[in-house]
Amino acid sequence: MSHDSVDKLVRMANQIGTFFVAQKHPEGVASMTDHLKKFWDPRMRNAIVAHVDHGGAGLDPIAIEAVKRLKHPAGAAASELRPGEGGSDG
Amino acid sequence: MTLIKEIDYGTPESLSVKSVTLTIDGKSVTVPEGTSIMRAAMEVGTEIPKLCATDSIKAFGSCRLCVIEVEGRNGTPASCTTPVAPGISVKTQTPRLAAIRRGVMELYISDHPLDCLTCAANGDCELQDMAGAVGLRDVRYGYDGANHVFARNNGEVNFDWKPKDESNPYFTFDSSKCIVCNRCVRACEEVQGTFALTISGRGFESRVSAGMDEAFMESECVSCGACVQACPTATLIEKSVVAVGQPEHSEVTTCAYCGVGCTFKAEMRGEEVVRMIPWKDGKANHGHSCVKGRFAYGYAHHGDRILDPMIRESIDQPWRVVSWDEAVGFAADRLKAAQEKYGKNAVGVITSSRCTNEESYLVQKLARQGFLNNNTDTCARVCHSPTGYGLAQAFGTSAGTQDFDSVDDADVILVIGANPTDAHPVFGSRMKKRLREGAKLIVIDPRRIDLVRSPHVEADYHLPLKPGTNVAMVTALAHVIVKENLVNLDFVKARCDWDEYQDWAAFVADDRYSPEALESVLGVPAADIRGAARLYATGGNGAIYYGLGVTEHSQGSTTVMGIANLAMATGNLGRRGVGVNPLRGQNNVQGSCDMGSFPHELPGYRHISNDAARQAFEKDWGVSLDPEPGLRIPNMFDAAIEGTFKGLYVQGEDILQSDPDTRHVSRALANMEIVIVQDLFLVETANYAHVFLPGATFLEKDGTFTNAERRIQRVTKVMSPKNGYADWEVTQLLANKLGLNWNYANASEIMDEIARLTPSFAGVSFKHLAEAGSLQWPVNDDSPEGMPIMHINGFARGKGKFVITEYVPTEEKVGPRFPLLLTTGRILSQYNVGAQTRRTENSQWHPEDILEIHPHDAEDRGVREGDWVKVASRAGETTLRAKITDRVAPGVVYTTFHHPNTQANVVTTDNSDWATNCPEYKVTAVQISTTNGPTDWQHQYRELTEQSRRIASTIDAAE
Repeated sequence: MSHDSVDKLVRMANQIGTFFVAQKHPEGVASMTDHLKKFWDPRMRNAIVAHVDHGGAGLDPIAIEAVKRLKHPAGAAASELRPGEGGSDG
Repeated sequence: MTLIKEIDYGTPESLSVKSVTLTIDGKSVTVPEGTSIMRAAMEVGTEIPKLCATDSIKAFGSCRLCVIEVEGRNGTPASCTTPVAPGISVKTQTPRLAAIRRGVMELYISDHPLDCLTCAANGDCELQDMAGAVGLRDVRYGYDGANHVFARNNGEVNFDWKPKDESNPYFTFDSSKCIVCNRCVRACEEVQGTFALTISGRGFESRVSAGMDEAFMESECVSCGACVQACPTATLIEKSVVAVGQPEHSEVTTCAYCGVGCTFKAEMRGEEVVRMIPWKDGKANHGHSCVKGRFAYGYAHHGDRILDPMIRESIDQPWRVVSWDEAVGFAADRLKAAQEKYGKNAVGVITSSRCTNEESYLVQKLARQGFLNNNTDTCARVCHSPTGYGLAQAFGTSAGTQDFDSVDDADVILVIGANPTDAHPVFGSRMKKRLREGAKLIVIDPRRIDLVRSPHVEADYHLPLKPGTNVAMVTALAHVIVKENLVNLDFVKARCDWDEYQDWAAFVADDRYSPEALESVLGVPAADIRGAARLYATGGNGAIYYGLGVTEHSQGSTTVMGIANLAMATGNLGRRGVGVNPLRGQNNVQGSCDMGSFPHELPGYRHISNDAARQAFEKDWGVSLDPEPGLRIPNMFDAAIEGTFKGLYVQGEDILQSDPDTRHVSRALANMEIVIVQDLFLVETANYAHVFLPGATFLEKDGTFTNAERRIQRVTKVMSPKNGYADWEVTQLLANKLGLNWNYANASEIMDEIARLTPSFAGVSFKHLAEAGSLQWPVNDDSPEGMPIMHINGFARGKGKFVITEYVPTEEKVGPRFPLLLTTGRILSQYNVGAQTRRTENSQWHPEDILEIHPHDAEDRGVREGDWVKVASRAGETTLRAKITDRVAPGVVYTTFHHPNTQANVVTTDNSDWATNCPEYKVTAVQISTTNGPTDWQHQYRELTEQSRRIASTIDAAE
């Protein structure tokens, strides 16, 4: 994945993080991980995981944390959101 | 097939629950209190003669033809203005009444031309009918006296005569045939709400006047056609009727323009459309229409339409006309080759928000069943995807909460980032009607849209916020509601998650969200924000209507959730007159979303990772589905530039013109090995296509559209597809070349499959739709006839969710290089990228996109009215002409995006909503400067377009 594309994913992840860091119910990191799982295709998820593996430059702390949980399915397997909450986008 | 004739009851329906029984011509009739005697008579099939009355407008009582006798009462009152009373006995025909009517008709006809045989209204003229009904046999006054009929009287010029006004491209006005019944004037006022028409002069001098005695095209007339429809004679008549003659049959169908979803009677002669008449029983439009739906269907037979399939090896070659079989074979081979070479995820589809539910369903099925991936997306991505995400978070379902009729019970209407009188005109008229009845209005929009001040409508508050500050605005409104104790705590405690509410209330109560603290961010006086918040919270039923001015931002989803917070905090949900109402852009945006067009969810909004939902489809389709979400449109472009995405099948969407950052999109398209465009015309995207599959118009196919109120309505084929196939048939041809073995015989069978696999559509079928007229989903065992208003006793997700809406300024900031903010919108006469409306006479109203700029900003830059100006952003630059107006605030410029030559999206950027990647169309930092004409890029683009639209002659192809 090119430098440009990773930059874009970092920007997108930080945007998502900015929303979830303010949320309290449920906790922001879990919600962000869930969001990435629900809406990012595997190619994008792999790219951001690889970026975090290389230090995650440019990513905000919540985004790094959320991406790390993506890497470890055990930690993020069970959605912490209630049914219906993942929602649709349309 | 017959011509559908709706009953005209003469006066509007009374909504009273109290009933009254009376006798008419010896028959007992029971009707709601307040009903006119005319209407009561019609209820039992007695048609009292009338001319000035029609049931779309209030009774007027001017023609004196509808007189009746009431036993025990003196005189002969007009039945249209006389309400029913208990126990009265009415006679509709007596010698006295017959004589009066004949006398009235005699006077009318003495000043009316007798050219019935050659008149365009022949066969559809109420004056003619009434002359027959009253038995008029003679006109004793002769025709020689003063009149409006003849250009010359005895060789002398007749100054009372006026030539026909043919200025409007769609209808003519011939005042010599006018009987001054006022129906057109009243329709313009009461139905459309434009007040463009009046009666000038008095007595014999009275005549219908557009504006100040202007031609129709020069007046304020918006060409909705309500006057033409209301006219009982040939005074106002469609030019198409003049040209063709009276229709002989009609079919009810649904408009293919905006998300209002007006239903029309397509009135036909053979396979030729004579005219479109809005259907009175249409639940979305109740017999009204706008200039697009009623008149702008001519694109269906425009010469630019491509009717034969075409292919080319590469995009620098001219197109080659081929057979359907060769075209879909070529497409299928290349798609398969791309998947073999680059992997199964290297191809995808885009479904159309203009095509039917059945067609969108098949296109996403093609990706899931045929490509075995979830790379399907739809143009809702670039408009209302944040609505879906935001409302699903808050309420548990991603659709508007109300039907349109609900607005009749609204006391306070809050319009945010929507311009209904231009973009959703028929609903805009409904809204204006309610406002004229006294509902209050708050408009939150950077621009002074027409609703802010138009005849007999004025906003109580217009909050002209800076583009990009919606979240700050809705949170400031919430701040006032919480701090001033205006929260409906009973509702919140009963219906919402209390812990989440408390966190949210503490968050919005913070001083940094006070209107005073945000005054400089928003550019709106704090007192106005406080006033608006109080009005919404305490003014009775509060209804929020919003549009793309909310969603197309980097925080679009957050604003949607902020709007949901406002509605929950004030208890404005779950009954008539309230709610959260997204105004959808295209005719079937709602439907294309419902049909599983998104890469993460199956039809009916079930996430692709949901095993039970996926297994139902797997069983039905006989394949194993990928449980991972696929690529969204912007992600597809990124992947194409990256080199991992190589093939795209686009049905009915012009992504190159409609999507942001045109150069990014064109780079992505140029990188693909197979682009298949299915459309009516060689649209801009087709410049980069290898296969062109001709599409069908909504007049040429069967199916359903779902409008902004979740209303599923039938689209009916009224003519054979000029291209040979309905769009769903084309998808089926392609699918079968890919080996999918589909055998749908008609659209109804596709809907049956949708209903079988989608719980919220379980009770939908063409048969049920034919019986019910229309159905608002969910249609299932719990609500077998659909659900007009949602969340009545509880939210779909259980407890309503308050979401914290932290305001984050967009990255698109003004600075020294780009000091102005550009925002975009629509105009009434044009639709979206204009592919359809630009190919109709609607272009007479809007021949080019114009840049609106405030006088201060114009003066600073030496820009004068009508100058060519260059608009430059960090993404690109384009040119267009300037209009100097204070409708936009200083620092803000505005344009529409209807014309490909302007290419407004060359300047928009790749910023997008955090949750859905919906592009941030509404905020672009730009600089404006004077220029001599189009930019180099525009010239190059025009050349490219000409190059790529070459079609090899058949002889060349044979060689």
